[in-house]
Amino acid sequence: MPDKKKLPSTFFNMVMVLIIISLVSALALGFTYSVTKDAIAQVEVKRTLAALEQVLPEFNNNPNDEKYTLDDIKYKDLEIYPAKKDGQPVGTAIKTYSDKGFNERISLMVGFDIHNKINKISVLKHKETPGLGTKMAEPRFKDQFNGKNPTSFTLKVKKDGGDVDAISAATISSRAFCDATERAYQALLAGGKK
Amino acid sequence: MSLNLKNELIRGFIKENAVFVLLLGMCPTLAVTGSAINGLGMGLASTAVLLGSNVVISLIKDLIPDKVRIPAFIVVIASFVTVIDLVMNAYTPDLHEQLGIFIPLIVVNCVILGRAEAFASKNKLTASIVDGLVMGLGFTFALTLLGSIREILGAGSIFGAKFVSADASTILLFILPPGAFIALGFLIAFVNKVTKKKA
Repeated sequence: MPDKKKLPSTFFNMVMVLIIISLVSALALGFTYSVTKDAIAQVEVKRTLAALEQVLPEFNNNPNDEKYTLDDIKYKDLEIYPAKKDGQPVGTAIKTYSDKGFNERISLMVGFDIHNKINKISVLKHKETPGLGTKMAEPRFKDQFNGKNPTSFTLKVKKDGGDVDAISAATISSRAFCDATERAYQALLAGGKK
Repeated sequence: MSLNLKNELIRGFIKENAVFVLLLGMCPTLAVTGSAINGLGMGLASTAVLLGSNVVISLIKDLIPDKVRIPAFIVVIASFVTVIDLVMNAYTPDLHEQLGIFIPLIVVNCVILGRAEAFASKNKLTASIVDGLVMGLGFTFALTLLGSIREILGAGSIFGAKFVSADASTILLFILPPGAFIALGFLIAFVNKVTKKKA
């Protein structure tokens, strides 16, 4: 300890101390950011790849490198990942969303096979009510979509005249899930297949 | 200032427990304790920030003019929080996703500014380290306990391990916000009862 007395609160001292503290903090933050930047980017990619593997039929290309978006303003926020096996297309995964959820946007990864049937769905992000809306990420709800073709399987909850069994006490979350899936399907028809 | 470790631990965990006795940092306490692991993660993240800020502040306390001490403390704390936020995002992505907005909010957690102002700015380095550690662990203990109780009652599981069948109806209320208040109320009553007896 240099001196038991505190630095007096003169204008010059106060300004200098705050500037120095801010500078040191900025340096520390910049350093941490540059160290963790790559790891954070990798986490994002890994998460996407894990979801792709879950929802798509077997593939051996890297859909993440071939992803594209549609120009149509209605679907421009949807990311489309084509899956191929030995150069032959086997399906398409679409990262979709809905703003009709109970809390904030929910985002799903919907996998379609080559015949436009839903293969599997994975929930990427949501903020639904724990214990109620969160059930949409459980197999009991989301696996009812597997293998269904939206031309014959209306993507609406039964209450709204569709074919989807809603989660009890979480109709809003169920509707949002259907809304997101429907959006993915529309995007697929609108040119999600190249 | 004697540094009796046992006394210090009792102080951090029971006598001056940030949550049960001082009632500081209620926002993260109530909001993130939906499960035991969330409480533990939030507690450890806060402990790391508390430890770091206590160390730095006790080192630079003589260089900070009194009138700007609060902004100076806040900058130090905010820097530590951002560092922890980035590190957690990079290396514990799942936990980071769960705790979400509450990590940046550690900045305004009164426990941390409170210890900086009340302790680290007046005490030597070693004492500040011990203080940061015991107060942080006390906070972690409280959050984990609250999280465990809510998870057991509300989800029928502990640290993610379910001990009831998937169809069992659990007391959902306890994972929802009102459950946080109810569980915390009972815990505080219990701690009061225990500490009163000792005194």
